[in-house]
Amino acid sequence: MAEPRIALARVTKTYGAHVALSEASLTVEAGEFVALVGASGSGKTTLLKTINGLIAPDAGEVRIEGEAVGALAPHILRRRIGYVFQEVGLFPHLTVAENIAITPKLLGWDKARRAARAAELLDLVALPREMGSRFPAALSGGQQQRVGVARALAAEPHIVLMDEPFGALDPLTRDALGEDYRALHERLNLATVMVTHDMTEALLLADRIVVVAQGRLIADGTPQALAASTEPEVAALLAAPRRQAERLRARLGETA
Amino acid sequence: MSSQVEAAFARLPEYLAWHVLLSASALGLGLLISLPLAVAASRNRHIRWPVLAGASLIQTIPSLALLALFFPLLLVISAASEDLIGHGFSALGFLPALLALTLYSMLPIVRNGTTGILSVSPAIIQAAEGVGMTPRQRLFQVELPLAAPVIMAGVRTAAVWTIGAATLSTPVGQTSLGNYIFSGLQTENWVLVLFGCAASALLAMVTDQLLGLIEAGAAKRDVRRAAIGAAGILIGVIVALTPLISFGKPASYVVGAKNFSEQYILAEMIAERIEDLGGEARMKEDLGSAIAYRALASGEIDVYVDYSGTLWANVLNREDNPGREAVLEELTKELAERDGVLVLGSLGFENAYALAMRQDRAAELGIESLDDLARRSASLTMGGDLEFFARPEWTAINEAYGFDFRARRSYQPTFMFRAVTSGDVDVISAFSSDGRIAADNLVTLADPRQALPPYDAVVLIAPDRVNDARLLAALRPMIGSIPVEEMRDANYSVDRDADKLRPVEAARALTRKLGLD
Repeated sequence: MAEPRIALARVTKTYGAHVALSEASLTVEAGEFVALVGASGSGKTTLLKTINGLIAPDAGEVRIEGEAVGALAPHILRRRIGYVFQEVGLFPHLTVAENIAITPKLLGWDKARRAARAAELLDLVALPREMGSRFPAALSGGQQQRVGVARALAAEPHIVLMDEPFGALDPLTRDALGEDYRALHERLNLATVMVTHDMTEALLLADRIVVVAQGRLIADGTPQALAASTEPEVAALLAAPRRQAERLRARLGETA
Repeated sequence: MSSQVEAAFARLPEYLAWHVLLSASALGLGLLISLPLAVAASRNRHIRWPVLAGASLIQTIPSLALLALFFPLLLVISAASEDLIGHGFSALGFLPALLALTLYSMLPIVRNGTTGILSVSPAIIQAAEGVGMTPRQRLFQVELPLAAPVIMAGVRTAAVWTIGAATLSTPVGQTSLGNYIFSGLQTENWVLVLFGCAASALLAMVTDQLLGLIEAGAAKRDVRRAAIGAAGILIGVIVALTPLISFGKPASYVVGAKNFSEQYILAEMIAERIEDLGGEARMKEDLGSAIAYRALASGEIDVYVDYSGTLWANVLNREDNPGREAVLEELTKELAERDGVLVLGSLGFENAYALAMRQDRAAELGIESLDDLARRSASLTMGGDLEFFARPEWTAINEAYGFDFRARRSYQPTFMFRAVTSGDVDVISAFSSDGRIAADNLVTLADPRQALPPYDAVVLIAPDRVNDARLLAALRPMIGSIPVEEMRDANYSVDRDADKLRPVEAARALTRKLGLD
């Protein structure tokens, strides 16, 4: 049987007296889209960053496709994992195409192959190819994050990590980009782990939702399974989107 | 006026070439040291404070002092290296100037470099890590390019400072545009001073503009603009340096001169005599008093004129005064034994330290001798040249006569004479061969206790030149042939306000007058 794409076993991280992660274990298979949800400070971002080595755990083990993360040089590891985060972090001194093709460049791909890959990815994230020669400052927020997604996918990773990727975007853009990414995830058979504080977003996009509270994984299941949970913290997290959905239905029904 | 400007222009290629070579090397070396320091300081906050504080501390040292400090330091290192590996190096000229200016250029580069790297946003750093860059790739592909405009702004500041401070390398024996300024200041040739200032300011402005193009290119990611700036700098440096290919070859004889008119005139005379006998001569002017003898003893310069009393006190550290003949005799013997330096002989006049007052003021107060002066000193103000109050001669007359002046002030010699004629000070330290004594209606005061040692002008020859027949043949006729009145006239022809001669003109006139041609 193939090794899981991501496997965390009893991962613990403390900062002084504060326990950010406590014996967290999680497995993500190819094709799975996992959302990590929880209040801010719950440890969900810490968990995500242990996967690409931005944070080194104090105890426990992280494996990527069977290989222990601690045994790999961090930069080699990260070139195999796409990473998208809220601030996007496009390099302002590089063009859009150069930004997209940065990891391939670090991997030593030749210029022609990089240019072809950048064009391909612009198509994939639904941006016009001419945009490749522009600088990031000339792009809208949504366009910038599309480039961020393209950059994460450029070196054909099997794993993509996303940290509140659409958090700073307006609702329309956010919705469109979320759906577009979900389609890409399926087409490329990725293993995606997305951190979000927005339960609705998690419910709409993910196959599995993992709830993190005080550094512990307190629930892990499909949206349906979570909806049936009796765990008070899980129920509290689901209460808000439920209430919103009901109010929307009521209001839209009135005006209709 | 126009002939002075013409003469100044004639020396421009050489002075400019050295100035550019010195500034560019110092700036290049400064960059090479400062950038890694800035990177280290931005990475590690424990070394950030010491690095920035150290660079600031260097900046607080006056640049002239920083330059001067490197001379004794290099002498010690050179002596150590001579013991260790058998090779010394020159402690004078290019090296001390280069090191001091390099240190001087560091603060703006280190400071801006550190700030520039630290101000790259955390999101960009996180992205650089996320896409799989090594720390080195992150530095060269992300942090340095993004910090480049800020770093270039620092380089611009450093360049302007370095070019300005390089004019101060003249007193440590390095030719620069400062030669105009220092020589002009000594001979009160304000055209020359202005010329030097303007040349150095123009050089700084042009450099600043070209570096500004690189800075703007880096900020606007406009490679073309940055390339034009870089090419301008490169071409400018190359063009400026071409004269050195011809000037750079070592002249066969180096004639030293301290920083006053008499020294310039005598050095020009010596240089012309060497050239008349088919030798090549080159001047090293504006040497500090203490530096000149050491430079001769170590072979940096081949010949210069010094004064017996100065050597007696500063080199032999003697405070006694056995009389003119005995001083000269003992000096000749001691310098030969100790350093291998040849005292060829006295030129025939004394340039002794003497205290001088305005004639009318001296008559009014009834002062004729230092004894009279001591009695009235509590109500008088004394002016000295920049080194006088630190010299053993001052200690000697002070002990002999017990002065108690109301105040003491130090001046650059030119301004010291202005101060006594205008009445700002009552009495000054002067030299007996100075033409301004007669011209300004000053009188020198008698020294009945013989506290001031004699100051015969003597020709000194470097150890490795003592058997050089051509040099000795060129200089022997000068021995005993210059009366003090002739020297005074020659000095005044250079120092006076109107109808000034350049030192080289005064030297030729003196040679003709004495029948030495």
